[in-house]
Amino acid sequence: MIREQDKGMSVIVKTVTRFTMGLILLYGIYILSHGHLSPGGGFAGGVIVALSFVLLMLAYGKETALKKFPKGVVSFFENAGAIMFLSIALLGFTGGYFFLNFLDKGEPYKLFSAGIIPLCNIAISLKVGAGLFAIFVALVLVKLESEKKV
Amino acid sequence: MPQANIIPLFIAISLGGAFLISIIGRRIKGFPDLMGNLTTFMLLCLSVSALKLSNSYGTIIYSVGSWKPPAGIAMVLDGFTSFMLVTINLVAFIVSIYAINYMEKYTSKWKFYTLFLLMLAGMNGVILTGDIFNLFVFLEIASVASYALVAFGTERHELEAAFKYAVMGTIGSLFILIGIVFLYSYTSTLNMADMAAILAHKGIGNVGLLVSVLFIMGFGLKAALVPFHAWLPDAHPSAPAPISAMLSGVLVKSLGVYTICRIFFNVIGFSLEISSLLMFLGAASMVIGVFLAIGQWDFKRLLAYHSISQIGYVILGIGLGTPLGILGGLFHLFNHSIFKSLLFLNSGAVEYSTGTRNLQKMGGLREKMPVTSATSLTASMAIAGIPPFNGFWSKLLIIIAAVEAGRFGYAFLAVLASIITLASFTKVLKYAFFGKLREKWNNIKEVPLFMALAMAALAFICIVGGVMLFPGIVTSFLKPAADVLSEGAKYSVTVLQGVANSPTGHSVE
Repeated sequence: MIREQDKGMSVIVKTVTRFTMGLILLYGIYILSHGHLSPGGGFAGGVIVALSFVLLMLAYGKETALKKFPKGVVSFFENAGAIMFLSIALLGFTGGYFFLNFLDKGEPYKLFSAGIIPLCNIAISLKVGAGLFAIFVALVLVKLESEKKV
Repeated sequence: MPQANIIPLFIAISLGGAFLISIIGRRIKGFPDLMGNLTTFMLLCLSVSALKLSNSYGTIIYSVGSWKPPAGIAMVLDGFTSFMLVTINLVAFIVSIYAINYMEKYTSKWKFYTLFLLMLAGMNGVILTGDIFNLFVFLEIASVASYALVAFGTERHELEAAFKYAVMGTIGSLFILIGIVFLYSYTSTLNMADMAAILAHKGIGNVGLLVSVLFIMGFGLKAALVPFHAWLPDAHPSAPAPISAMLSGVLVKSLGVYTICRIFFNVIGFSLEISSLLMFLGAASMVIGVFLAIGQWDFKRLLAYHSISQIGYVILGIGLGTPLGILGGLFHLFNHSIFKSLLFLNSGAVEYSTGTRNLQKMGGLREKMPVTSATSLTASMAIAGIPPFNGFWSKLLIIIAAVEAGRFGYAFLAVLASIITLASFTKVLKYAFFGKLREKWNNIKEVPLFMALAMAALAFICIVGGVMLFPGIVTSFLKPAADVLSEGAKYSVTVLQGVANSPTGHSVE
């Protein structure tokens, strides 16, 4: 228990992280789910979601972050995002065209509107968020490996 | 047209295969092999049917998401596209068969297949798209996947080569992107056909000249033309053999040669200056590449330098600008992708059995590896231009076209480079396969079944490749491709006509 507290940064950083992490995550979800209404979208939202986990890793050390979000899960989400995006594109064939917006467009400026675009944004955010976090994890792990050798 | 729906499948199937392998393949053994080969096989079948489609219907335009081009993204299937698709997917299918056995010695085969299919998706996308920014995106997908594949072995020299390749490749991509930005600001459109129409109307002007220079540098770097070739002799030998075959066989051509042809013949418009520049770069690559190759002792490095030299032939033929020259250049592109992939697969087979790539340490392998040495002999004769093999016919066409165009100097250089190529491959055969078997190679075995099968299939195409020039066959495979280039300005008219005639699709208000 004591050792776990030694990992990562000081108690001030950890406390602030505990307060802000949820807010950052929520903000990322807000950005990605309103991608078809306001600036932002899947890429920006995915980056913000990934940043909340990166912050967790910086403040608490890699063990805590990887326990919450293991490598296998990250990789699964990344692929799931790509496959989801591709399936949405392929489902357009039901209307006769690749990438056809086959769903009901709904009323403009409402959250549930614009057909497949919010779904595409969710898929992109999964891919981008998990991908960015995976890159960060890879860099951290490579750093640790090279330190071990020295 | 319902059959037109196969056009986006080239990208969708290869991407789908890549991500399925990545998500399932790491858990189930054998799934990556099965899925990878199934995907490339489906792509080969699709590309053959695309060839049939473009033969019977001419140019087909597909509007992605039913958004009408030029505002929406267009995919264009014409003779040149279907020619390139068949070439790429044929080599990819054979290489993926070879990889079943070869990649056993590496861990995590699923990573290999994922990256391989991503690279394939990028190449198919570059070939199919009719939108210049989309072309850049697919070009980057293919390039980034190939950077990772060059570093696949993660040994020190492989990482170094991959880093060098990544830096050079990124600089090339940067030039291309800047060129696209200038073109977009000048013409206010990204659709290549629309862009060509506006450029023809407005005149290319100084912006066009700047863009031409940027594209020659950018795509020339991807095609490894001589002043931009420094990354290739490091990158291609460092990759695993199937990937070397893909990089040299088709990646350099689809990202470099195809894009140069498409942009300079169909978009910017072919002029005398570009013709002389391309011919000069082609001849320089041809001669310098072969002179650098002849002194090499590393089997794969020698082949990599020969790739530079052979790409020079292709560019020289296309740069001549005459119908015969373009036909010869494209035929040589197809032939080179066959025999160079075969040679890289041979070098991989030798490395698989003996563990060395140094020609001086081999010798007499013919006795122990009959399939490898026979196919290697075929490929060497083909690349050197010995009559019955396919390389002879395409080189002959290029030389005849150069003579017809009155370019005797270039014709002489082409003959000279061919003779030095022959000398260089005589050296390979003598040191690697003929001569006395060394003591330490007494226990080596011939390569496993799938590797031998893949090499034999490519060798067969090398032998019968000449039939491509028979009257009935040339009109359905090579001629439509060459026509797209020799009637360069027709591209934009055909595509815009096709867009106007397409029955469905909502236009962008």
